[in-house]
Amino acid sequence: MAESTIKIPVGPQHPFLKEPCKFEFEISGEEIRGAKIRMGYNHRGMEKACEDRNYYQCLYLLERICGICSHSHTTAYIQAVESLLGLELPKRGLYLRTLVCELERLHSHLLWLGVAAHEVGFDTLFMYTWRDRELVMNILEEISGNRVNYAINTVGGVRRDITAEQRKKILDLTKVVRERVAYYANIGTNEPSFMARIQGVGKMSTERAIEKCAVGPFARASNVDRDVRRDDPYAAYGDLEFKVITSDSCDILGRVVVRVLEMVESCKMIDQLLDKLPEGEIAVQKVPRRVPAGAAVSRYEAPRGEDVHYVRSNGTDKPERVKVRAPTLCNLEAAAESVVGSYVADIPIAIASIDPCFSCTDRTTVLLNDRRRGVRMATWEELRRHGVDWYRQNKGIRF
Amino acid sequence: MFKKLVKWARVKSPWILHFNSGACNACDIEILASLMPHYDLERFGVMLKASPRHADVLICSGPVSKQIAPRLRRIYEQMPDPKFVVAVGACACSGGAFRGCYNVMGGIDSVVPVAAYVPGCPVKPEALIDGVAKLLGELNKESA
Ligand code: SF4
Repeated sequence: MAESTIKIPVGPQHPFLKEPCKFEFEISGEEIRGAKIRMGYNHRGMEKACEDRNYYQCLYLLERICGICSHSHTTAYIQAVESLLGLELPKRGLYLRTLVCELERLHSHLLWLGVAAHEVGFDTLFMYTWRDRELVMNILEEISGNRVNYAINTVGGVRRDITAEQRKKILDLTKVVRERVAYYANIGTNEPSFMARIQGVGKMSTERAIEKCAVGPFARASNVDRDVRRDDPYAAYGDLEFKVITSDSCDILGRVVVRVLEMVESCKMIDQLLDKLPEGEIAVQKVPRRVPAGAAVSRYEAPRGEDVHYVRSNGTDKPERVKVRAPTLCNLEAAAESVVGSYVADIPIAIASIDPCFSCTDRTTVLLNDRRRGVRMATWEELRRHGVDWYRQNKGIRF
Repeated sequence: MFKKLVKWARVKSPWILHFNSGACNACDIEILASLMPHYDLERFGVMLKASPRHADVLICSGPVSKQIAPRLRRIYEQMPDPKFVVAVGACACSGGAFRGCYNVMGGIDSVVPVAAYVPGCPVKPEALIDGVAKLLGELNKESA
């Protein structure tokens, strides 16, 4: 049956991560029939820039790939460099590195929960989570000296030790976060208006998630039991006990549940890390400037999924090639597919559900085909409003 | 008289637009964080707007990648006069960590005029608030 569809482009004015993106949705009425993506709009040329910086300078440059999972990128990169150098890291260094990894996951998931709530119009939760996120940020600032790009990694370990006082503060923090997370878990799975917006929306079956190479919480919410932290332990993860959270609901609700429960696991891990924190050095004392020729790949479970870095060295003090594969890249394709069959009003939450560094939302543009006014431009904010209003009028959901 | 009123309104409640021109996101989340309850930039009357046509102040982060430069110019042109640009972060001020990358212009001021620079990589919310407050102070002096 021939059916008339309308194409609406979204983007590309949306520089999130390194891959700002243009979506093209094919719609028929309110329903989405197809989605295409085009990437590569906001390329800064960082991989190339790495080639004329030395290994230490690259570290600080790569930290700025993404300000939300900055520790993920440096850790992934540095693990590759350390394996090329054949360094044996002191235990305490590894533990501290892992500690920052998990703190970062906490702040990233809190941030995401807020943004997701904002996209469906639940601004109260947005304000709550961001307030709690500040607690995590304060701790990160205290132990690393900076709120976002912590720069705590260095080749062969970490740069700063923690004191007994800081240790206590972190333990207090996990206590508070646990309480708050229990509260969010309750809201996320019981609040009827929130549920109505996320349950059964953005479906992605287990098979399709695997075929589309989805990673991270997005894949785990589709019941793909994969987590680099368990499957290929790096840093101190081998010594820790934790559960890999999965959900079989395969929708946005699942993604909320997975992330919320992952926060609980992160708190557990942080407690264990501080419990077992070994004494000793925090970094290897003498690290050669030149890295022997060779190539290394390193995997890392970032808050958004598996992050892969490839480093090739030619024996000098500068890398010959650095290649980064960020998790959002894998998830975008799957996210585009997951909106097929749902409504235009679901686009914001469905795309945001993969957590593509959407903290900077107000830049996406939509062309809605309006018969009277011709092609109309709508900003991301308008699209969000449209989503909130549409559900209010048609489904009676209000917050 | 009317002009005075407009200026008073602008200083007491500047409407801002946030634009990311290829930043690493860190500065953007810090901008958002400063609008959130903990720091609460809104107590100075600052309000985040979605459309450039409503904004007085453009808060801009990022080193301006080549693809985004025309967009930035367009957004700037769409803003009503008088307009002010605040460059947020080291890379917005001068290119910062991305200086020398082949695809960046190196700083907001290479594309549009900038009224205030807030350094830091990323900026702290406190610094951002200070920067905005200083800009407002300058505007206030002008209006006196
Ligand atoms: S100034 Fe630094 S933290 Fe801010 S956007 Fe630029 S690189 Fe990122």
